[in-house]
Amino acid sequence: MLDRLNLDEPGLIQALQAGDERVFAAVVDWYSGSLLRLALSYVPSRAVAEEVVQETWMGVFEGIHRFERRSSFKTWLFRILTNRAKTRGIRERRYEPFGPSGSSLDADEGPSLEDALFVAEGSGMGHWNEPPQAWEPDTPERVLLSKECRAAIEQAIERLPATQRQVIILRDIEGVSSEEICNILEISKTHQRVLLHRARTKVRRELAPYVQGDKT
Amino acid sequence: MTMDTNFKHKVMSYMAGNLTCRETAQLMTDYLDGSLTFRELVRFQLHLGLCFACRNYLRQMKCTIAALRQLPPEPVSPHVKEELLKRFRTWKQCPSQSSGKPGAE
Repeated sequence: MLDRLNLDEPGLIQALQAGDERVFAAVVDWYSGSLLRLALSYVPSRAVAEEVVQETWMGVFEGIHRFERRSSFKTWLFRILTNRAKTRGIRERRYEPFGPSGSSLDADEGPSLEDALFVAEGSGMGHWNEPPQAWEPDTPERVLLSKECRAAIEQAIERLPATQRQVIILRDIEGVSSEEICNILEISKTHQRVLLHRARTKVRRELAPYVQGDKT
Repeated sequence: MTMDTNFKHKVMSYMAGNLTCRETAQLMTDYLDGSLTFRELVRFQLHLGLCFACRNYLRQMKCTIAALRQLPPEPVSPHVKEELLKRFRTWKQCPSQSSGKPGAE
């Protein structure tokens, strides 16, 4: 995105501070979809999530002059969104920070889903029940070409507990670093990795039936 | 088998032997994150070298992650963007009024 605007990150911040509408419109175009996806994990409806996205951009207007570049612009943006979305989610009674969909309990939802894939006792304990086969298609481009695969991934993400969903969106879809995720979601590194692993395991499982060669 | 080979096998099985497929699968995110300790990494790689099923699983995980990375963003309705640009113009003209309530408060 920065390449297309012919700007580096400090240049982007300066342009926004100076009220450059072309840059603002490009930034809105570029990031609103990502913000919306994350907002949907906090609030009950798309309409409310879109309002949260608007509130986030208003937060950007209000704060851009004070932005100190201690984090990347993207991390700062996600941080504003999570603060606004949390407030909104609590008000809508969807997001309960210490409840069943909240951060701390996501990691303790019982035995890992992976357990079902392995022999539980006897001499083969810990080995695969059904050894995974090679996938076909096995490239992300070809997986995403299939509507069923794409829908399976989207649905798997929607069904994840809130914090697992937030972690996988930030890490795998948005490519935010682990450190930045811990900062955005205010969770520890270990907790982040547990949540990410559980989320990835579930998405892989939901995707598997749509990819040839695997029934696990 | 010479004493040396015997010893080498014992070391190998000590390093790799007690890592099951289940444990290997559970270490995959840590492995991809580069956060395994040296000993874990050696055990993980030794297991992987010997186990085609775990190699397939790791490939499946990598493919899942790569597919996630390429998901297109959520579509945002054009009216949201239009509304934002309107608010941006108002803010530009009069930044002090920018805190006028965003969204439906």
